[in-house]
Amino acid sequence: MKDHLGRPLVAVTGIGIVSPLGWGREENWAAIIAGRSGISRIRRFPTDKLRTTIAGTVELPEEAAGAPSVSSPERVERMAAAAVAEAMVQAAIGQGGFPGPLMVGMPPVEYEWPQRFELARKANGNGTYRAATEVAAGRRDLYETFMFGGVGERLAARFGTRGAPIALTTACATGASAIQMAVEAIQRGEAEAAIALGADGSVQPEAVIRFSLLSALTARNDDPQAASRPFEKSRDGFVMSEGAAALVLESLEHATARGAAVLGIVSGCGERADSFHRTRSNPDGHAIIGAMRNAIADAGIAPSDIGYVNAHGTGTPENDKMETLGMRAVFGDAPPPISSNKSMLGHTLSAAGAIEAALSLLTIRDQVLPPTINHREPDPAITLDVVPNEARRVSGLRHVLSNSFGFGGQNVCLVVSAAP
Amino acid sequence: MTRQDVVITGIGLVSSLGEGPEAHWQVLSRPGATPVVDEAAFAPYAVHPLPAMSFDAQIPKKGDQRQMEPWQRLGTYAAGLAIDQAGARGLVSDMHLVVAAGGGERDVAVDEAVATALCATPAAEAGAILNERLATDLRPTLFLAQLSNLLAGNISIVHGVTGSSRTFMGEETAAADAVRIAAARLAEGRGGIALVGGAYASQRWDLVLLYGAGGAVWRGPFAPISARDGAGGFVGGALGAFLVLETAAHAAARGAVPLARIAGVATDATHARAGGASAGAARALWGGMKPAVGGRLGVLSGMTGVAEARAEEEAFLAGLGAAAVRRTGSLLGHGVEAAFPANVALGALALSRGGFYPAMDPADAGEGPVDRILVTGFGQWRGEALALLERAA
Repeated sequence: MKDHLGRPLVAVTGIGIVSPLGWGREENWAAIIAGRSGISRIRRFPTDKLRTTIAGTVELPEEAAGAPSVSSPERVERMAAAAVAEAMVQAAIGQGGFPGPLMVGMPPVEYEWPQRFELARKANGNGTYRAATEVAAGRRDLYETFMFGGVGERLAARFGTRGAPIALTTACATGASAIQMAVEAIQRGEAEAAIALGADGSVQPEAVIRFSLLSALTARNDDPQAASRPFEKSRDGFVMSEGAAALVLESLEHATARGAAVLGIVSGCGERADSFHRTRSNPDGHAIIGAMRNAIADAGIAPSDIGYVNAHGTGTPENDKMETLGMRAVFGDAPPPISSNKSMLGHTLSAAGAIEAALSLLTIRDQVLPPTINHREPDPAITLDVVPNEARRVSGLRHVLSNSFGFGGQNVCLVVSAAP
Repeated sequence: MTRQDVVITGIGLVSSLGEGPEAHWQVLSRPGATPVVDEAAFAPYAVHPLPAMSFDAQIPKKGDQRQMEPWQRLGTYAAGLAIDQAGARGLVSDMHLVVAAGGGERDVAVDEAVATALCATPAAEAGAILNERLATDLRPTLFLAQLSNLLAGNISIVHGVTGSSRTFMGEETAAADAVRIAAARLAEGRGGIALVGGAYASQRWDLVLLYGAGGAVWRGPFAPISARDGAGGFVGGALGAFLVLETAAHAAARGAVPLARIAGVATDATHARAGGASAGAARALWGGMKPAVGGRLGVLSGMTGVAEARAEEEAFLAGLGAAAVRRTGSLLGHGVEAAFPANVALGALALSRGGFYPAMDPADAGEGPVDRILVTGFGQWRGEALALLERAA
């Protein structure tokens, strides 16, 4: 019930997933091991004049029925609520209140263009902030939707979690940071259980343009399903995507005492920040190497115990090169297989770390490594087994390392392990 | 796990009143301090503006300054002040970082021009034009200057803080949780030193728009917090506030002088706070604190001026039996994510100087000196937070 440092072991007893591949854990997992892509042309808004016109998107039921698109915070909240509900049902916990805190990994949110246009119309065509401020007076709906604390507050109220929810962002490592926060809360005895959540719903015009202006996105628009090419020679950027994943975490002791089925253990968390550049890793890779090593050490195991790595694997030339460097530094000449869920899901940004940790647990459960799809031409510089194109059945897999590396130099790695 | 004592060894503070501990002590420790207010630029909303400052001392590379907007510059600057006061420049590579962040600046001119030009255009038609305008008009670097986690990113880049990096979002309570988590991680042995704080750039229309829509911003000429009638509201105050926290053993080993000891930090978020719920939550948090010392209690209240939260906090304070209460927002304004760390910084400053502050608001009662200081943070919308500071041993 305790780990090598005397801390309570932290079990996962519930998993919920929403992504462009579907609403629900098993639906997503089936699509992932079938190697299906969730990327498509953006239909949510006009894409004329955009360099990139593809993404992974999650439509809400009413949007699919023709209603106008919701804002990013509303999409985040809806997907998050679905993922948390699914995880709580699987864990069979929290009827009448959840015995611990909620950690919400999510993107920063702000007014979007539909809100700006609406306020300007109300101000008789005056688009200034001063005019918008006058006509926005009394709009509690805008205030509560776009405050950073709004999504977490509503989720915490809905699911009856304890204390103040913590919303957090570490860019592309956000989902992993949320899990780390939840694990730490249980380890320090703050609570017996916690919910960790990562969610993102940022496919809206300005966000697409901003990532595009950073030259981060692929513009392989002709064949959306083949656009995300992590570790492949012709990779030229990531594909934006959306989704959410939630984990119910509890001390192994608590889970065992109430007879819950244990899906796995979050056995190690490691982090390391980089001081090199706002969007690039230090060429020596020390921060991502440090995060990987810290996670493995925190789990009390050796690199050779890791049987598979769930890659950050965005499909940008830079990330995949640096991740390869990190893999070789940590694992030497015989690195374990590594594959990128983003080849199918795209980059779900704030959700990615949580979705990938969830899929890592299912990888151990079913002893199947998800593939890296769209692997047409190997890159000679990527000296890794990337599980190309087809899922792979394995046996005896106990420990998976899940990598998450963020803009701004925020790197978080998790080790998830089979139930003891 | 053995819990270790956590102390504050450095504070970085920038407000409309000035910069650094000495400047703030000089102004705030004497009676009759007056707030610095700009009532014109954002009328009918008043703000406490950023003082004239050069960022070069803490952000020496102009290239770095250009990659940021005022909010990130202010935070990065204040973080550097804290590191300097702690004498911790050599410890940054293993220093942990927790930042409480709001959203970054937008390009106001672009927003206003595009909103004016396209608001009446049918959506189907406006989409293509919007795409073209944004792709042309938005500076690529603005995204990074705007991203919430890039305040932390810039602190890593400019000051070399790389132990770990986390950014919390969620207005006032996010900052209190940042202090709470940073202290808890040190107490349980996850590292020896951490940097925590936030910044608020008050002179921004987008923030007046966001918070004003909820009626949280005080409308009209400046008035002290207790004198804001009706639904009340906050007056935004430019504020950068960072703290260097260390385990007492880590500080002692390197000969750093602690300014104060953190006896406890606790947060909650009642979902329907009026009618005593919020006050009750704070009472429960206070009841859970375990002071090491007794003695006279001073309060540095982060009261925003929003009437509902103010009523709840007043009810809590009335039952506290504090020797003296100070509503710091009446002089500093309200700095949202920076408010709680700023009040902790002011608390550490007072304890390290062996004094307390004279009244800051007409409702402030009692006199110092005090032996321990309670910092409160009732969020403008949600959240209750307390931190108890004691004199360092």
